[in-house]
Amino acid sequence: MKPISQTEVQKKIDSLANKDVYVHLETTNGAYASHFDEEAYNVGAFIRNAHVKYQHGKIVSTGGSYRVGLKLDIGWIYAEGVSDFEIDDKNRLLMAGHDREGRLMVALEISETPFSHEADPDE
Amino acid sequence: MSKEHVVVIFPHPDDESFGASGTIAKYREKGVPVTYLCGTLGEMGRNMGNPVFANRETLSSYRKKELEEAAKQLDINVEYLGYRDKTLEFEPIEQVARHLQEKIEELNATLIITHYPGYAVHPDHDALGAAAVEAVKKMDSHKRPEVWMHAISNNHEAELGEPELIYDITPYWERKLAAIKAHLSQADGMMSLLNNQPEQLERLKTERFYRYSFT
Repeated sequence: MKPISQTEVQKKIDSLANKDVYVHLETTNGAYASHFDEEAYNVGAFIRNAHVKYQHGKIVSTGGSYRVGLKLDIGWIYAEGVSDFEIDDKNRLLMAGHDREGRLMVALEISETPFSHEADPDE
Repeated sequence: MSKEHVVVIFPHPDDESFGASGTIAKYREKGVPVTYLCGTLGEMGRNMGNPVFANRETLSSYRKKELEEAAKQLDINVEYLGYRDKTLEFEPIEQVARHLQEKIEELNATLIITHYPGYAVHPDHDALGAAAVEAVKKMDSHKRPEVWMHAISNNHEAELGEPELIYDITPYWERKLAAIKAHLSQADGMMSLLNNQPEQLERLKTERFYRYSFT
């Protein structure tokens, strides 16, 4: 992954609009948050392979990181804090935000083909 | 129970290195075969390397390679159970237990090392530990391997008392450290976390297990 280029990501978001796409959306502070810090509280959510079609989407800079919103016919997909991106060899748009130690905090990924859903070592 | 075979059952690539690699090394030194039944590929891990080199979609292939390297360091066999990281607690426990029972019987395990259900912090640890205990319970009592359970939670000793089995694995520390470091995408994050918490690092030099009592 490399730092987000807003133009490049916007172009990719536009090219995936009005198509059947698969989305991976995730946020987490890790399963050990409250183990190492009693004051902390574990939070996390993910959805893998949400099969959707969005009308349009936008990436907005917050100075340092980005927010992405995708407008669905009857709802929204939203992520805040993404800073890195990659268009991988399967032509998928992968975006993520990491903390100072490189740990993933948020991820939003959009693909025209389903993401692996079984423990697939080739993925 | 003439021929020993240790079967380690944990959900993530690196659980074996952090949790039991000193004990594993001790058994390997005695010539006892060790098989690691690894529940998932750790594909939902948060650590992506530091600096970051993996992403959510490539993490599993890195972690698989890392486990292969750790297995080489420890001289053990690895088999994957094929579950998905973070989802084990949502699988029907009966099904997972049956799956494990087949594996345990096939390998003629004489000792199972797994997590202590309810005291292992990560939901996958708790779920797979519970399924492993369940699997052994289902076996004929005279065929049952011993089950040693690794507890992690901060409250475990207050609630369970001292574990029965306490191994000082200092003689195997180099091996353990090499196995941990083989998990490149995970080790940095974990090690820096541990370096900030010396008592957690010290804890890695002792491996402690509770023996499950089937009576």
